[in-house]
Amino acid sequence: MASPSTTADAAIPRETSADESYLTHDKGILSWIFTLDHKRIGVMYLCSVLSAFALGGLFALLVRTELLTPGRTIMDADTYNQMFTLHGAIMVFLVIIPGIPAALGNIIMPLQLGAKDVAFPRMNLASYYLWVIGACFMLSSLVINAVDTGWTFYAPYSTTTQTAVVPAAFGAFILGFSSIFTGLNFIVTIHKMRPPGMSWFRMPLFVWALYATALIQVLATPVIGITLLMMIVERTLHIGIFDPALGGDPVLFQHFFWFYSHPAVYIMIVPAFGVVSEIIPVFSRKRMFGYKFIAVSSLAIAFLGFLVWGHHMFTSGQSVLAGTIFSAITFLIAIPTAIKVFNWISTMYKGVIHLETPMLYALAFLWVFTIGGLTGIFLAVMSVDVHLHDTYFVVAHFHYVMMGGAITALMGGIHYWWSKAFGRMYEEKYGRIAAALVFIGLNVTFFPQFILGTRGMPRRYYNYLPEFQSLHQLSTIGAYILGLGFLMTAAYLYASLKNGKKAPANPWGGSTLEWQTTSPPPYYNFHNAPPVTQGPYDGYEDLEFDEKMGGYVAKATKATP
Amino acid sequence: MIHAMIRPLLTVGEQSKDLPKFPESQTFWMPSDASVTTRNVDWVYYFMYWMSAVSCVLILGAMIYFCVKYKAKSRAANEHAAKSSDHSTVLEITWSVLPLFVVIALFVWGFKGYVDLRTPPKDSIEIHATAQKWKWLFTYPGGLVDDSLHVPADRPVRMVINSVDVLHALYIPNFRVKMDAVPGRYTDLWFQATNTGDYPVFCAEYCGTSHSNMLSHVTVHPPGGYEAWIDEQQKKTLDMPPEELGKLLYEKQGCSTCHTTDGTPKIGPTWKGLFGKTESFADGTSGKVDENYIRQSVLEPTAKVVQGFAPSMPTYQGKLKDAEINGIIEYIKSLK
Repeated sequence: MASPSTTADAAIPRETSADESYLTHDKGILSWIFTLDHKRIGVMYLCSVLSAFALGGLFALLVRTELLTPGRTIMDADTYNQMFTLHGAIMVFLVIIPGIPAALGNIIMPLQLGAKDVAFPRMNLASYYLWVIGACFMLSSLVINAVDTGWTFYAPYSTTTQTAVVPAAFGAFILGFSSIFTGLNFIVTIHKMRPPGMSWFRMPLFVWALYATALIQVLATPVIGITLLMMIVERTLHIGIFDPALGGDPVLFQHFFWFYSHPAVYIMIVPAFGVVSEIIPVFSRKRMFGYKFIAVSSLAIAFLGFLVWGHHMFTSGQSVLAGTIFSAITFLIAIPTAIKVFNWISTMYKGVIHLETPMLYALAFLWVFTIGGLTGIFLAVMSVDVHLHDTYFVVAHFHYVMMGGAITALMGGIHYWWSKAFGRMYEEKYGRIAAALVFIGLNVTFFPQFILGTRGMPRRYYNYLPEFQSLHQLSTIGAYILGLGFLMTAAYLYASLKNGKKAPANPWGGSTLEWQTTSPPPYYNFHNAPPVTQGPYDGYEDLEFDEKMGGYVAKATKATP
Repeated sequence: MIHAMIRPLLTVGEQSKDLPKFPESQTFWMPSDASVTTRNVDWVYYFMYWMSAVSCVLILGAMIYFCVKYKAKSRAANEHAAKSSDHSTVLEITWSVLPLFVVIALFVWGFKGYVDLRTPPKDSIEIHATAQKWKWLFTYPGGLVDDSLHVPADRPVRMVINSVDVLHALYIPNFRVKMDAVPGRYTDLWFQATNTGDYPVFCAEYCGTSHSNMLSHVTVHPPGGYEAWIDEQQKKTLDMPPEELGKLLYEKQGCSTCHTTDGTPKIGPTWKGLFGKTESFADGTSGKVDENYIRQSVLEPTAKVVQGFAPSMPTYQGKLKDAEINGIIEYIKSLK
């Protein structure tokens, strides 16, 4: 492995000022507000996304608390409907969709390409501000009269309810542009800014995953934009598109909505695949097994994801023929997904496995994603879906995938790259305890919901039959454990910024390019553009752990003195 | 079993009196099966259940085993993984093709079951289900309307479903059937009940404030019982004094979902002391509640909405006969 500190280093004076980094390069609030630096934009995204996550999580805890008893526990039915709507809308549009690509992707992806920045830095900043504006619109609904349609905005309920649907929908419309900007930027960056020597099949799998995601973002997001706009037009100008009372068709809304929102679940989960694909080989000290299959399966999932939206509508009155086609294609997605899981597990075989926090999250991901994936097959079987559709089984399934998959991977990624982004190490012991709490919490929260759903408990219910109560209470206890895990994570991550140990350049022994620059990286990322002569998961045997600095260094440099 | 072990911690909160109840189920997961098509659905479900359990044990077992077996001593020990292959086309093809066969089998199984569920037999009894916020109304072949579903055992029943306002979904877990109620079009589902008894009916598509109270129940009658029930219901309304008829309609037609008779406002104004009162309306006008106002509110509910209430009532145009509207007027008059 070529190391940056071999030949020309003496000629670069900047190397001496060890504290120079993108965090200290410019000072003052304006240097953040108008920054074009991908790392700073990524950090701003990370803070914003995590704040939204805290808010969405608070709504989730209120919803779960209300469900401790049937009937009223702490709020009335209308407030409950607003709470679960805001929880869903915030988590989907403000947290999971931008979470991994816009926050972690912005900080890490250009570094992994050995690049100075993304292709269009101004567009990158614009994407962030669109997120902020979109978030303001969405939250303004909360202040005016919080939207109560469910995050799906199904018509004609959404076009007739008294609550502030328009600001929330318009917020989602703007957030769509934020997502498109990020996607477009990443596609161009990945095509045009790879360093010499990095062929497509030498790209880190995180970059592959972001590429597949970006394609979906650019191609699918315009559809939700137009759909929400039509809904707003119907609401404000009474032009009949979806409401049969005005001559529209409510099933049309569902087709439009899921034409985006099904691909959108891959916008949420494919980047998570990327993060896990980075963590597992590095913490197993072994090359990724089946690299090409993992890379290409992301593209396969992205493509097939466009053709299955009708599986959300098996009970909508859609024709049997349409349902059949959607069901068949849905089953095909199981294959590339299974391939990934098998390859991740095979990578661990005969590895040297380090069980630090990022790896614990990757293992938690494998666990919950396997359950989430397998229960997806139940829902793809049309006859069984008729019973399970719109019950807690569906709620459990997508929380296992979205919360258990996407958020767990986001947590894993945050811990894996924390040292790189901020130059500090968090307290490992607390990291492990919090990871355990999150893992236990999410299984206790969502597993009982599979039982509830199978037994016939419909979703979005404020009140429920007394026989469902014990399972609901178990689920609520799980949610509190989850909340505790995240609260603890917030505390020790924040503490690490204040008094964490200084991070070495390469604490985990990764061989992708981001580990070849200092932590945190300098403003221009690399003093010399690192050459790429091998695959992203090669060369672990050329690295050696240096106990004094707590990180890995190239063997050659250690031998010099 | 587990259900009984984890007792509810708290049991406060309002409970409505006649909630539908699930009959005891023989299995832990699925509710008891009570229709001819359930068997097939449950078979696929339990097949996938065991397939998933075995897959989880294998995949997660391997993961845990590797974590224990190949656990690194420490970072400082600088162990390196033994050189081993990083790809195997044979393996990749095996674990792509084997699951493919399984999912193709599941697809075919699910497809056949779905076609069964969507193809009602020709000789089915047809019962209309009309969804509105937040009540199910069932119209029987003779014209009888009731808020609970009554069906004979061992005869196919086709439900013709529609909605007068937003989306709803008719869901009967014990029959494993569900279908959306879509305003402006008809959808249908069918079942053939096998076991007599009472089963819950839910609304499964979110529809607003009282979505979770949009419950009903289906009673499966033994031979002869269904016809007898219809007769009894139809006789009941003949020659009934208007005030009593109004009270019956209040309970059966969904009025009680939004209007109380004890003076507390709910989703709509209370009926107690309503007659003769002067109300101010959302459009700024005001007026006295008399026979004409009540009649208009039943037929054109959004014309004059009392201030402070949302215009969420569906119209009863074509659903109530004149004698029935008179009954409701007399009933409201009686609530002083």
